[in-house]
Amino acid sequence: MKFGILVNEGPYQHQASDSAYLFIKAVLESGHEIMRVFFYHDGVNNGTRLTTPPQDDRHIANRWSELAEKNGIDLVLCVAAAQRRGIADDDEAKRHGKDASNIAPGFRISGLGQLIEAGIQSDRLIVFGD
Amino acid sequence: MLLHTINKSPFDKNTFDICISHAKKGSSILLIEDGVYAVMKGTAYEGKVKDTMKDVKVYVLGPDAKARGIDDSSIIDGIESVDYVGFVELTANHDSVQSWL
Repeated sequence: MKFGILVNEGPYQHQASDSAYLFIKAVLESGHEIMRVFFYHDGVNNGTRLTTPPQDDRHIANRWSELAEKNGIDLVLCVAAAQRRGIADDDEAKRHGKDASNIAPGFRISGLGQLIEAGIQSDRLIVFGD
Repeated sequence: MLLHTINKSPFDKNTFDICISHAKKGSSILLIEDGVYAVMKGTAYEGKVKDTMKDVKVYVLGPDAKARGIDDSSIIDGIESVDYVGFVELTANHDSVQSWL
């Protein structure tokens, strides 16, 4: 079965990032497939490589990057939500005249159509948020 | 049938009440994150949860209950505790999922 995941809440805020991550691990363990993880609203803050939590805390951004690398999972940040919150890849940084990009490895920036597509192409769309 | 998930304590937000006013007979509710506070015995919500259980199957995400110090003995009888793999199974066994946030 194909799962689409929507994350609407930033990391270290409440529990959505952790719940989504643990749910996805269980989906993969169960032999199902993750079609896409879409990050919307404050959820885009999951995808900045500048995240620097204390050493004894979980590193939520790196955890997503590792998950994407190991399992080939598509992590998508909403472009409009990312622009508002200062999250940019190289193209976005260039387009808006910024001096750096900060998107974490394994993430890409795209539009809401990617969420709609995840809803259509997945058997289940599971929403995590605040 | 629908699986509803609730992630807020009924003592904090009203999503539990909104959910049970919509949940149809035969659907299921999974309590996660702070939603797990609804499953405790002896609270002002116990009666409401038990009434709900007449028509709707109620589950709780065990790891989230445990993280809040709610052990099996303090969970209302008849509520089934599941782990994350059980959470995935519930989403797969229901037609769709409504997250009450």
